Amino acid sequence: MSPMLQARGLQVRFGERRVLNDATLSVKAGRWVALVGPNGAGKSTLMRCMAGLLKPAAGEVTLQGRRLSDWSVRQRARAMSWMGQDVVADPDMSVRDAVSLGRLPYQGWLGVAGERAVDRQAIEQALQDTDMVWASQRSWGALSGGERQRVSLARALAVQAPVMLLDEPVAHLDAPHQRLLAQVLRREASLGRSVISVLHELPLALQADELAIMREGQILTQGARDDPSVHRALESVFDHAVAITRVDDRWVVLPQF
Amino acid sequence: MSGDTTRVSPARMTLAGLILALVLLGLVGLSIGSSGWQSPWEASTNVGLSQIVWEIRAPRTLGAMLVGALLGLGGAVAQGLFRNPLAEPYLLGSSSGAALGMALMLSFGMPDALISSTVGRMGLTGVAFVGAVSGVSLTLMLARGAAHTMRLLLGGVVVGVVLGALTQLLMVWSAPAWRIMQAFMLGHTALLSWQACGVMAAVLCLTLPVAMVLSRVLDALSLGEDVARTLGIPLGLTRAVLVGVLALSTGAAVAQAGLVAFVGLVAPHLVRSRAGARHGALLSLSTLMGAVLLAAADVLSRLVLAPQELPVGVLTAVLGGTYLLWLLHRRRA
Repeated sequence: MSPMLQARGLQVRFGERRVLNDATLSVKAGRWVALVGPNGAGKSTLMRCMAGLLKPAAGEVTLQGRRLSDWSVRQRARAMSWMGQDVVADPDMSVRDAVSLGRLPYQGWLGVAGERAVDRQAIEQALQDTDMVWASQRSWGALSGGERQRVSLARALAVQAPVMLLDEPVAHLDAPHQRLLAQVLRREASLGRSVISVLHELPLALQADELAIMREGQILTQGARDDPSVHRALESVFDHAVAITRVDDRWVVLPQF
Repeated sequence: MSGDTTRVSPARMTLAGLILALVLLGLVGLSIGSSGWQSPWEASTNVGLSQIVWEIRAPRTLGAMLVGALLGLGGAVAQGLFRNPLAEPYLLGSSSGAALGMALMLSFGMPDALISSTVGRMGLTGVAFVGAVSGVSLTLMLARGAAHTMRLLLGGVVVGVVLGALTQLLMVWSAPAWRIMQAFMLGHTALLSWQACGVMAAVLCLTLPVAMVLSRVLDALSLGEDVARTLGIPLGLTRAVLVGVLALSTGAAVAQAGLVAFVGLVAPHLVRSRAGARHGALLSLSTLMGAVLLAAADVLSRLVLAPQELPVGVLTAVLGGTYLLWLLHRRRA
């Protein structure tokens, strides 16, 4: 099966610092890939390159086999949804309005066509998936950090794109909502979508289909969540501050102090 | 949907209230002159009053509404475009740039007859537009974008002071520019003519629909530039068009009435709680609120020192400046 999204040999420099150094990542349809690595490894930069928000100095990104630059802006917006680390909105904006913006790529040129029944369904589904139906008429300014995170995730889900790029989607989320997120992402993958999420929460990352371990601007290894070589790479990039071990029938992360 | 109904309803009520206020202010504007209250209905039997009403009070009242509408629209566009609730034409250097453009043109010595003609008004609006674009661009360069409120305000102040000084220099250098620009620097509605109304109405008919078409772009921008890009918005093009809308509406207002401060700041804030964050409603209500504010200021400017007149720009600067201080205080709190 050809990859849904592929980054090959990406190079990015910020001044003297080489942030991405020949980074290569491949994601197939129906797979949830967790991008994991220490601070400053280049995860967000790689995500931004794959989303088309940052142009690499070298290398290329392909979406469904076509170079990203060959896609029109609107085609790309329908094919790939994005949730970044900066979660902002107008304080007066209602939760539903914020989520409804996820349907903009389907609403004609610059959203002039307005909302259709299919858009309303997608918005309601996204609100349900993130447990935000109760707050749909609340204003953004009245939400907690975790609730804002869930609204942003709902906006990305509402796009219903074949590829989802999520940079730290569980920041500020409590344990029940982290579990909910894992269930939703697993379901999205089972529907044939590709999900790539940057995760610092290693127990959650071990719920993904695959892990891509990143250090110093490179993907060290990419493999299935129960692949021992992936576990060793994970322990190594975090300076053995964690150990991956099997308890009953699941992999768990043990802190090593 | 019930949720939508509860949100749209206050916006519609505000719309109705603002239209009613405009009609009432229009009638009051037609009735107040230097000699006090005179009912405009008497104009049908009084030739002198008829002339005063239709040649002075009517264009002045309608002109004040149009200036306010353009500034209200410019303010709502600026606040959405730069994602900054304190952005407005006057504070972004747009107005001072427009004034400098006008002073430059006037310093070459335009005959009075040409200035008051429609062609002359359009010419002044054109140079004011170029000046407004330059003013906003300079402010954004100095502030390195619009993300930081204080940097943006400081950049706007610096650009306002420098362009204002250049305007003063041109006024000192050129006697014709001095005579005309003096009234413009204070912001005046007393000299608004039917020609000025025509130019402003034409600009409003162009800028308001364009802004409304781009209202969802402004909605998307409130989620940040990255999100807006990934939602399929061609940011470069749409931002350039929105800066054009901001500069054209400011330029048209400044070219006819001079520097009228803070209407663009206050109008969107006054309707925001009723309109919500959707720019479709916000842009139209802010335009109407600007018209109401300046029509009211125009009436007040005729009453405060009657039979003399207070320049309307002085009034809006005092009231709007106080509002800005309160807004800054509230944001800090």
